[in-house]
Amino acid sequence: MATAEVERKRGQLAALSIAVVVVLVGVPLWWRTTETYRAWLPVNQINELAELQLQLSVDVEVVFSRGTLMPEQQKKVPFTRTQEEAQKVDDDTTLRYRYESKYRTANIMEEDALKQPTAAEADLSLHTLSASPCGSVVVYVIPETSVLLPQGVDVYIGHRRTAVLRMGAPMSVGKNHKQLLAHLEPRITQVVQVMSFSHTDITAALSDRVRLSPGSKESLADSMRSFKSSPGYEITFSLLNPDPKSHRLDWDIEGAVHSYIQPLLTKLAPLANFSIDSQILYYAMLGVNPRFDSSLEAYTLNADSLAHVINPVEARLGSNAASSNPVLNFLLYVPDAHHSPLYIHDHQKQPVASNAFHSPRWGGIMVYNVNDLYGRGETPLPVNININMEKVMGVFLAQLRLMLGVQSSPAPPGFLVEPCGGAGLADWELDRLMWSRTVENVATATTTITSLAQLLDQIGNIVINDNIASQVSSTVTSLQLAVAELEAGNLGFALQYSKEAILASERAFFDPSLLHLLYFPDDQKFAIYIPLFLPMCVPILLSLIKIASEARQRRKLKQSKKD
Amino acid sequence: MARHCTVKIFVLLSLFNLSFLVSTNNIEDKAGQFFNSGHTNNWAVLVCTSRFWFNYRHVANTLSVYRSVKRLGIPDSRIVLMLADDMACNHRNPKPATVFSHKNMELNVYGDDVEVDYRGYEVTVENFLRVLTGRLPASTPRSKRLLSDDRSNILIYLTGHGGNGFLKFQDSEEISNVELADAFEQMWQKRRYNELLFIIDTCQGASMYERFYSPNLMALASSQVGEDSLSHQPDLAIGVHLMDRYTFYLLEFLEDIHPSSTTNMNQLFKVCPKSQCVSTPGHRTDLFLRDPGRVLITDFFGSVRKVEITMETINLSSPMEPLPERILSEDRQRETQYYVDQLPVSVIIHQVNTHTHTHTHTHTHTHTHTHTHTHTHTHTCTHTPLPPMFWNMFIL
Repeated sequence: MATAEVERKRGQLAALSIAVVVVLVGVPLWWRTTETYRAWLPVNQINELAELQLQLSVDVEVVFSRGTLMPEQQKKVPFTRTQEEAQKVDDDTTLRYRYESKYRTANIMEEDALKQPTAAEADLSLHTLSASPCGSVVVYVIPETSVLLPQGVDVYIGHRRTAVLRMGAPMSVGKNHKQLLAHLEPRITQVVQVMSFSHTDITAALSDRVRLSPGSKESLADSMRSFKSSPGYEITFSLLNPDPKSHRLDWDIEGAVHSYIQPLLTKLAPLANFSIDSQILYYAMLGVNPRFDSSLEAYTLNADSLAHVINPVEARLGSNAASSNPVLNFLLYVPDAHHSPLYIHDHQKQPVASNAFHSPRWGGIMVYNVNDLYGRGETPLPVNININMEKVMGVFLAQLRLMLGVQSSPAPPGFLVEPCGGAGLADWELDRLMWSRTVENVATATTTITSLAQLLDQIGNIVINDNIASQVSSTVTSLQLAVAELEAGNLGFALQYSKEAILASERAFFDPSLLHLLYFPDDQKFAIYIPLFLPMCVPILLSLIKIASEARQRRKLKQSKKD
Repeated sequence: MARHCTVKIFVLLSLFNLSFLVSTNNIEDKAGQFFNSGHTNNWAVLVCTSRFWFNYRHVANTLSVYRSVKRLGIPDSRIVLMLADDMACNHRNPKPATVFSHKNMELNVYGDDVEVDYRGYEVTVENFLRVLTGRLPASTPRSKRLLSDDRSNILIYLTGHGGNGFLKFQDSEEISNVELADAFEQMWQKRRYNELLFIIDTCQGASMYERFYSPNLMALASSQVGEDSLSHQPDLAIGVHLMDRYTFYLLEFLEDIHPSSTTNMNQLFKVCPKSQCVSTPGHRTDLFLRDPGRVLITDFFGSVRKVEITMETINLSSPMEPLPERILSEDRQRETQYYVDQLPVSVIIHQVNTHTHTHTHTHTHTHTHTHTHTHTHTHTCTHTPLPPMFWNMFIL
């Protein structure tokens, strides 16, 4: 009937329009409302950075003083040479070292400075003449017959960035330019490696990225001892007084920190922020009973028991609750009257000169004996004792240098290295630290950012907020800048950019919103969607199938009619 | 005859030399063993995931491991203890402030210096994963963070009710083995551990370590897939089971360990055989790089520090400089506060208002005054008498 036809047509139209609405409006709406917001990340640039290719450039200036050069060699000076060395660390990491050496002769003022009686004074006056930028090295070459350096010493390294190198005998060096270079270049490379970086230092700094098996026990100990690069450190000085009845201790810690520790920390300011506090703990005992040694008439702690000293004390030390920076603890322990004097013995049962020991990545403990400051027996208790802060700070400063990574590997034979004294840190030691920290920061930031990108790629339903995307972008920019500055040889800027990079990458990686909280196995996903969509889809599908079959039947009829 | 004597003397001398050599080798070995493991500090994350009084044994499990770990040297600042319910102060506890682990109330594992970092409803899957991955909000205090570095050995102990591939938290949510494995992988990516020992005491515990794929992980579980971990014995006075079997025998094993013992991990794998535990404990060491026979128990449960003698010192010859004037005057400006002055107890008790004691309790106003200051300097304080109730608010 006609109305039945109209009804059927209307039904078909209704089914079709519902299907169209579902497909065109419903599906995109469902897709958009259930997708997680993921801001765009510069994945290509991150993948580029994953292949780390670092080039480290050092500017070396070699100054010849009078009497070192033959006339023929003098004609060629001044000249510049560039040496490049490529080392492949592993599949993703390659290092290139570039030494740009400028050779020139000394001017009159420098000649006067080199005429000083001792190397230390020469170093001081040379420094006043010119200030070398950070990351560079200046080597002064003096003739073999010069008396500036003592016998047997070929190289002197001062407080700043200058070294004095004694030339070999003219006979052995040779007359022409090539022979001069053949003699000098390896020696200058050795000096530069001591003062800036060597391949082992840089690969140690890359240990986050590349887990190489340690070459020797010393290098393993070195890598374990110093703290990893961190934006800030907290230093705590504690005075432990287990016997306040006998000893009334007085230590001028503020003055000592200001005079002795602060210069070092001010010099290290480009590397990290430091916060210092101090405390006095009463009735704090060491957890180990010292043994009485009758031959020395003193109590001794042997090296094996030192490992158990720290734990009972650490529970009482406390730390700043607000920051998550690594803490360095320096403890000064004054033994109680019954266990005085107390000496520390090393593995060979010999007393240790400093009477102190340190634990990697934790800090140091020094035992300060006071029994010789008061006489035996008659003095009324408690005895007032003023602690000699110079001696104490000398030990703590040495331990602090070790903890912060100022390498104290022994110098090669024939080298005389000026001890750093009151400044706490020589300029070239600071440079060494800056080189290794920059490389470490760059390596850590690239690993962090690549693993973050990998993680976000793998887990599809973590929300990536805009602030994370901006942190990632700023990390990538800072990393690119840091690598460029390293290539150009600007160590100060490279360190700054690397610090920015690592801060931004840590903030991005540890953002609290990046928690992949719920893991939905596939069967659970189906179990949620099927009761929602299936009842709705079944009638639509069935009616579409019916429409399609009817249309096919009609076409068959039409065709048969035509035939 | 003489030749016989010389031969004897020769033999004796050679034996003496040999023993001397052996002893020096031992000293070298000991010094070498110091740096055998690559860690410098130890952390422990101990989690009890179940609440309600009848799950007393889970809290007792966690607290006994906590006690052992503290005894062997790990300080509270490096332990993250998460207890989902408070059994010691539960109103059904006949002996409040105690949690016992042996029947006849022999051993109180609660003690008086327990420091619980996450308690009650704070123990959630989210917080646990945040602690492991380090993604905590910036306001989290130090004691609630796992501040490990690439040279930390971490012990993770989980106990509660579990099943095949999941562990139940707080009776309302669960963590799956895939999430746990992913969390450990994120820890590895960021080098937040050197080596990790994972111990789990739940039913079907072995399923939780099946999915691990990061290096340097060693795992122990109290039962295999399809088996239940059983509890040890009930105490009739308290009315609940006090411990689970696996942790009970683990605790017994740990009581024999002291900070300098050299027991290795292979002995730990033998703890609680099927005859004692009824379930079969399992372990997984294929991801661990070192040989378990060379790993000491104290590498994870204790905190044996590496120590080096300080050989060199710096010669400081310059005398101490006096502090600059600026720092000195800043010190003087900070007035010495006495607690007794801040709380006007006499005002509260006698309900008397005196003008000189009306300080506001927030001392954050800026002073501009000279060195000689007395109590009568002017600062913003109220001179009108305040009602007594106002002061009560300040006490609280």
